[in-house]
Amino acid sequence: MYTLVYDGTFEGLLTAVFEIYERKLFHVKLIKGEWRASALFEEVLEIITDENRANRVLRGLRKRLSVACVQRLYIAHMAEMENEENAIVGFIRYAFDADRNIEEDYGNKYVMRISEIIKMVRREKHRMEAFVRFQKLKDETFYSAVEPDFNVLPLLIRHFKDRYADQKWMIYDIKRRYGIYYDLHDTQYISLDFSETSKPTDTITIVSHDELMYQSLWKNYFSSTNIVSRKNTKLHLRHIPKRYWRHLTEKF
Amino acid sequence: MNVERITEKLNILADAAKYDVSCASSGSKRKNENKGLGNASNGICHSYTEDGRCVSLLKILLTNHCIFDCAYCVSRKNNDVKRAAFTVQEVVDLTINFYRRNYIEGLFLSSGIFKDADYTMERLVRVAKKLRTEHNFNGYIHLKSIPGASDELMREAGLYADRLSVNLEMPTESGLKLLAPDKNRQDMINPMNFLKKEIIQRAEEKKLFKNAPAFAPAGQSTQVIIGATPENDQQILQSADYFYQNFNLKRVYYSGYVPVLTDKRLPALNTAVPMVRENRLYQADWLMRFYGFHVNEIVNKDQPLLDLDIDPKLGWAIRNMQIFPVDINKADLQLILRVPGIGIQSAQKIVSARKFARVSWEQLKKIGVAINRARYFIICKSNEFERRDLTGNNIKQFILAESKSKYIKNTQTQLNLF
Repeated sequence: MYTLVYDGTFEGLLTAVFEIYERKLFHVKLIKGEWRASALFEEVLEIITDENRANRVLRGLRKRLSVACVQRLYIAHMAEMENEENAIVGFIRYAFDADRNIEEDYGNKYVMRISEIIKMVRREKHRMEAFVRFQKLKDETFYSAVEPDFNVLPLLIRHFKDRYADQKWMIYDIKRRYGIYYDLHDTQYISLDFSETSKPTDTITIVSHDELMYQSLWKNYFSSTNIVSRKNTKLHLRHIPKRYWRHLTEKF
Repeated sequence: MNVERITEKLNILADAAKYDVSCASSGSKRKNENKGLGNASNGICHSYTEDGRCVSLLKILLTNHCIFDCAYCVSRKNNDVKRAAFTVQEVVDLTINFYRRNYIEGLFLSSGIFKDADYTMERLVRVAKKLRTEHNFNGYIHLKSIPGASDELMREAGLYADRLSVNLEMPTESGLKLLAPDKNRQDMINPMNFLKKEIIQRAEEKKLFKNAPAFAPAGQSTQVIIGATPENDQQILQSADYFYQNFNLKRVYYSGYVPVLTDKRLPALNTAVPMVRENRLYQADWLMRFYGFHVNEIVNKDQPLLDLDIDPKLGWAIRNMQIFPVDINKADLQLILRVPGIGIQSAQKIVSARKFARVSWEQLKKIGVAINRARYFIICKSNEFERRDLTGNNIKQFILAESKSKYIKNTQTQLNLF
């Protein structure tokens, strides 16, 4: 068993695949992290990300898989789920070792796992499209703070840019400490400085004059549209798990 | 804007609109091409009420003043409730401001009938027109078609709205006569018919001229109230099927009657909402629309009621044991779709996976098949399969014994009056 340590990038992962084939490794485990010269593992290999090697692997993949499938592998990696690198590597090795396109072989455990990961990422993306709650700030920017389970902000850009083309908006990921910002023309990734005293959720002093009125109207609407005699808490919680509540206007 | 007044109006007019169950915002492909506000795409549920229903649209009445006296309706003329009316501008402002904050996908606007049908419809159209033409709003708009409104107004409504709907209210004409003496089924069918023809014709035009305006791109839907009148499931589903076939409806909604009024024609106030029955009707509806079932396979003269204990697909399967077991490594997709516990996505995955190798129980489980139900009906790559010669009833008992609350019989039973 070889342990391969890589830098966490998709290019790094593809470089690792290159090394696996070049060194004819069989049992491998890929972990993200920094290289430490340590005697803990007997056979540890540091993967140094190499664009050329990564590109060769990518070209090979494109020959064996559809464009959409390669895209799915990229998204599965970008989501940053812990210890799922090995499912991605397993998928890629299966794709190279098979004599035909295997992307629909749901009987294979790697193909099935990637399909599950993509399903989870898509659900989280969809939840963010639903649960983002913008607050209008004094400078007319619509601001929202979120804490998605996976890294999905990059997947949200197109949806929000298409939809809110005529307003400035910003969505900030508190967990991963970066945001996306649309300035009426383009979107860009941004980081914000928050101190001990100002948190990403402290907006009360900077919201526009009518913001609290619309929040209150929305809360009123939310409770008026409920039918008490149909109460179904289990279903309610399945649709909006509690961890999302603190950023939902109608729930705080 | 007077905050207290508008809050009160919103509370009254959202409360009065909530018994309309449709909240769909899908099926339209309106794009944001003018760098304006919003688009309509695949439909997003932005929140869920405590009863577990999706909140996708701002669903309100323009007014709850009404000249009609329908027994089941909370806004009926003779009911002593607070009345309110929004101005056109107020609805527009609420919609835009909720939309910009990503609370909603758009607007679902209905209304009580004040003065007459055309007067009311004209106001609804005016809201939609203002949103589209003055505010560049491309979000989703669902307008109620007011029964009896003129063709001209319906045509204009179709130009601004994504979806239009006329509520049939009661599954049959006699039910309607009993509870809504002021309403006339033909008045509801006329606008449906007009819209159906118009939608088809406009879709043809759109093929020829790309710039032809979209006309109600998300089609039309309707709603029937369940459990207020004595229709059985067979009558309800056959009526739904008739409207799917003849009016190209996108959806029929089934709304379990919530007792809000005392009236000797209606179930008493303490009657429970028939939620399980409603759920079974939706399942049956899905079987007709997506699983290739004919309505008569689900309910018929011998089987006029849906079994509340088990889903209608399982119900069909245990009545048709001669078809099973199905070999999932060989059977057509259409037949796999008929196996209890296998949904559309699982069925497609099975058909993909078996091109590579025969599929086993372990893999079926991974794919997402509900093995506890499916195992009585299929064979796969395994020597283990159900060998006992079980009757449909045996299987039902086994499955019920294993499953949890959802299948435990709801105390209410459906009256079999006919």
